[in-house]
Amino acid sequence: MTKKQKKTLRRILLAVVLSLCVFLAATFLELPWFLQLALWLVPYLVIGHDVLKKAVLGIKNGEVFDENFLMAIATVGAMACGEYGEGVAVMLFYQVGELFQSYAVGKSRRSIAALMDIRPDSANLENSDGNLSAVDPEEVAVGSVIVVRPGEKVPIDGRVLSGESSLNTAALTGESRPRTVRPGEEVISGCVNGDGLLRIETTKPYGESTVAKILELVENSSLKKAKVENFITKFARYYTPAVCFAALALAVLPPLVLGGGWVTWLLRALTFLVISCPCAVVIAIPLTFFGGIGGASRCGILVKGGNYLEALAHTGVAVFDKTGTLTKGVFAVTRLSPAPGVSEDDLLHTAALAESYSSHPISKSLREAAPDASGEVCDVQEIAGHGVKALVNGRTVLAGNAKLMEQSGVEFTPEEGAGTVVYVARDGEFLGAVLISDEEKPTARKAIAALKAQGVRTVMLTGDAPAVAEKVAEGLGLDEVHAGLLPADKVQWVETLLNSKPAGKNLTFVGDGINDAPVLMRADVGIAMGALGSDAAIEAADVVLMDDDPAKLVTAMGIARKCMAIAYENIVFALVVKALFLLLGALGIANMWWAVFADVGVMVLAVLNATRMLQVKE
Amino acid sequence: MQKKFSIEVDCANCAAKIENAVKQLPGVKNVSVSFMAQKMLLEAEDAQFSAVLKEAVKTAKKIEPDFEIEL
Repeated sequence: MTKKQKKTLRRILLAVVLSLCVFLAATFLELPWFLQLALWLVPYLVIGHDVLKKAVLGIKNGEVFDENFLMAIATVGAMACGEYGEGVAVMLFYQVGELFQSYAVGKSRRSIAALMDIRPDSANLENSDGNLSAVDPEEVAVGSVIVVRPGEKVPIDGRVLSGESSLNTAALTGESRPRTVRPGEEVISGCVNGDGLLRIETTKPYGESTVAKILELVENSSLKKAKVENFITKFARYYTPAVCFAALALAVLPPLVLGGGWVTWLLRALTFLVISCPCAVVIAIPLTFFGGIGGASRCGILVKGGNYLEALAHTGVAVFDKTGTLTKGVFAVTRLSPAPGVSEDDLLHTAALAESYSSHPISKSLREAAPDASGEVCDVQEIAGHGVKALVNGRTVLAGNAKLMEQSGVEFTPEEGAGTVVYVARDGEFLGAVLISDEEKPTARKAIAALKAQGVRTVMLTGDAPAVAEKVAEGLGLDEVHAGLLPADKVQWVETLLNSKPAGKNLTFVGDGINDAPVLMRADVGIAMGALGSDAAIEAADVVLMDDDPAKLVTAMGIARKCMAIAYENIVFALVVKALFLLLGALGIANMWWAVFADVGVMVLAVLNATRMLQVKE
Repeated sequence: MQKKFSIEVDCANCAAKIENAVKQLPGVKNVSVSFMAQKMLLEAEDAQFSAVLKEAVKTAKKIEPDFEIEL
């Protein structure tokens, strides 16, 4: 609890004790009314003096019709009607409600801060004499050497000079599998160092490091408000004066029409005022969105504002980039088709050895697939556009495309597949074919299936060749695919899709952030993934997925929908209960006590409902 | 120029009211007050920024006497 909250708590306890004393005194002693009023005024002022002061100040500043005004007029009115106990009780419960609200909000604020507890406290700067000194990360110049001990957070982006360790990126990506780093590799700030000592040369100042960027993004996110949030503040602006006039009408009209009963109707009008207090909705809605954004960031999904969370909940079309988004963007050997009588190992090793001097990405993936291939390789000849010819262990090996086989008169079995096929022949005899392709991400298929199950139209836009793209799309089960596109064509396609999407639905574009900035901006919701370290993507996107997992889109949509559901639940619940009690109050069925419980109770329930948003299942 | 400030504001409704009132001030291009994050974002022309900020703080204090801002 903060100092302010503790002070309020003390005042509440004191007022409760004083009220009990006064209550007992009033019950057992026959006191004249003015003495009763004087005694009740003591606890009343203890608990309500600040509300009264704010109400008066509000009126003076032309800010009538706020909570303080409602409470002041209701309690003063009750006291004036001779209902001293009720007047004090209303003020007391109002303060209890305020205290609870402030405590709950403070708690969720802290738990979200804890979620994003990635801010480094200090950096261990290595001085020229080799000694370490702990300094503020902001003071570390680019190119300095810092040391990160086991268990510490990496404070600034940089490159490992020496040391080897595994980094825990869970706070950034929600991914619990540690990432191993070795000298020469880039490290990003915000990761927690495992059990190795790392010496890092910084490549960015703190302010441009990943951790600072993310913190700023999360802090700013609550400043971009959802439509529902804005609706509520607008609503409160008209609602409060409306109920005040309704209360006034309730106090004046019935006695005039029916004749007499002024005190009864005045009390009903005051009850009406207490019930009408809009604080439940006004606090619960921003709290829901704040919790939603916080819960999402725990899963490695950074949402730049409540408005995007709202848009994400109504996704109707999901457009994906291919390479790096649905596929890994790394070439790997995916299939070996040896000729009859040839072993898979023989095929792969021969191909890897023949390609061992080439720098082509295809050759690299062959070597990676057969790291233990060994043999004597000489006379390597690269035949541009065809492949390689080399002497492997004294025998002539050809590795390349179908043209190379045809040219050399080798009889081969054509191979089909989404990717690049490498045919291998030794001494004119066909050994088989190796398929090298970009692998789909393990979760891509599941993500597409989940989206389709929710009625979302899935589209893939890619610059890749149509044949390859269609194979991938078919494998993943996408609804549509448009291939062979230049970046400008992608924008064109997004425009077309935007025009044809169903009304009230949004178009979400998911890309890996490379060359995607225009499309990310054009889409209703632009999502960049694998954005660790990619500044342009963090800038352009509305939602940033910290790891490479396309299934996080489904998670994000789930969080967004839960958030909207809670927001609407709270609005409807609060307004229905209020309307009901307003009616009961006007009819004189609900008295002041009911009114206080209706007001504080609704607020407590709405706040508790909103805090559900903090518990996000991964 | 756009600048973010840490603020202290006690109730969500006051935050909303402050936001609305500051938005009406001359020279204010954009303003957002977040009760949850306890932050205020103010956008105004560079030349008049400090004057606008002063006016914004005055307005905020008028609405919510407990309003605090870290400048």
